[in-house]
Amino acid sequence: MSYIEIDDVDLHYGRQSGAANGAGTLALANATLSIGQNEFIAVVGPSGCGKSTLLKLISGLVKPTRGVVRVGGQSVKKPLKNVGMAFQNSTLLPWRNVRDNVLLPLEIVEPYRSQPRSEAALKRQRADELLATVGLADFGDQMPWQLSGGMQQRAQLCRALIHEPSVLLLDEPFGALDAFTREELWAVLQNLWLTRKCTVVLVTHELREAVYLCDTVYVVSPRPGRVIASRDVPFPRPRTLDMTYQAEFVELVHACRHHIMPGSAA
Amino acid sequence: MKKATVENLAPWVTTLLLLILWQLGVMVFHVENFVLPSPIEAIQQIWANRYALLQHGLATLSTTLVGFAIAVVFGLLLGILVGSFRLVYVSLYPVLIGFNSVPKAALVPVLVIWFGVGSVPAVIAAFLLSFFPVVVNVATGFATVEPELVDVLRVLGATRLDMIVKIGIPRSLPYFFASLKIAITLSFVGSVIAEIVAGNNGIGNVMLIASSNFNVPLVFAALLVVGVMGVGMYAIFAALETRFTAWSVRGSGLEYPTSG
Repeated sequence: MSYIEIDDVDLHYGRQSGAANGAGTLALANATLSIGQNEFIAVVGPSGCGKSTLLKLISGLVKPTRGVVRVGGQSVKKPLKNVGMAFQNSTLLPWRNVRDNVLLPLEIVEPYRSQPRSEAALKRQRADELLATVGLADFGDQMPWQLSGGMQQRAQLCRALIHEPSVLLLDEPFGALDAFTREELWAVLQNLWLTRKCTVVLVTHELREAVYLCDTVYVVSPRPGRVIASRDVPFPRPRTLDMTYQAEFVELVHACRHHIMPGSAA
Repeated sequence: MKKATVENLAPWVTTLLLLILWQLGVMVFHVENFVLPSPIEAIQQIWANRYALLQHGLATLSTTLVGFAIAVVFGLLLGILVGSFRLVYVSLYPVLIGFNSVPKAALVPVLVIWFGVGSVPAVIAAFLLSFFPVVVNVATGFATVEPELVDVLRVLGATRLDMIVKIGIPRSLPYFFASLKIAITLSFVGSVIAEIVAGNNGIGNVMLIASSNFNVPLVFAALLVVGVMGVGMYAIFAALETRFTAWSVRGSGLEYPTSG
């Protein structure tokens, strides 16, 4: 039973929906995707292929020019509530310490929003516990700029998850990190997902990351983006970094790469 | 000497040096005191007229602060509107630029026709001169909010008010305080100009009467009083700025160790 359904969706930028032809960029064409509840999927593809657009469609931040996006059986017409999002750049608020940054969604999302002030201590505790699970136990009082890039991304993941969203959208969350930090964070994200299940859509151009983390990898073609292949990832969890060097894993990564650049010798 | 001590003393030393330079210039070139009085003469005038200058100084200070307060509230609200709504920005910005290009001194006689002689034109002039930097700076703070940040909040179901309160206002606070420091000095310019043109009270009025009596030392005495008030107000807002926007001047606490 699919939780997120993207049904034959086109997206034009710079043109009103409904117009037949005209200027503008066709960012996504005939996109069809079906994501099960609590499934962890990755969307990979060359840069500019409309991967991020796909996230915006799912979250309702942009409306499809044609076709339907459904989340939980409901057609998405305006921004969903209760979605968690994390980006490549740290989007922590520089005037709040790490804990208050993580608590931000609880100030906006119901039912937390209308909870009385007496709940504040509990919420703080909850934020601290979540920070501890990503290795930031003692960093709640620090300001974002005092943290390294990897630590900021850990905090960003916490903020995306504190309100227990049913959908987590990740837009190249580890893209700006060095290779070692990135691999460390794969494990962090895997643990988070294993302990608090939600439907995750990860956009990335790092194929190893996609195969390591996901149930299904969708490959998107260069613009206009079309879903040209999908590969199920059969490896059991929790996955380890060692697995990423095993033959089956490498083979799957190569297969994905072949879909993006067929016949390329690179 | 400690770095912090040097930094605290630096502005006093600079001011003193300028005053000495002024004094020497007047003495060396034998400038008549109805052309340019020496700083010592100006300060003597301050002492001689201390009660009058205090009374008129306070009058100017209060009209300035009333005009400034209106400018801050008005500027903040308009800045939020201009910065958060594209249509308001497009429709209002050219008008604001045009309005700010008008020399406000030329408007004072019109204000006198409307409101009569007194402190009302001075308050309005202080307001007119000082609201513009507040609007522009607050609008800039709002308009430069990172789009990803907006997306993060939108997918949580945040309302526009949430965005303004949680992101827009804290994000633009450094811009806001920077504008306050400009706006308070412009407020003094506005109120003193209005007092010169049409006041019956205030430092500007003192200057008008003094210059019509060729009492140039008293004119400069009054100028010094305005300058000191301006610096005092500036210092207050600079202190508020460090208190509320410490996050935006990151590292300064480490750069200037205050140990010992």
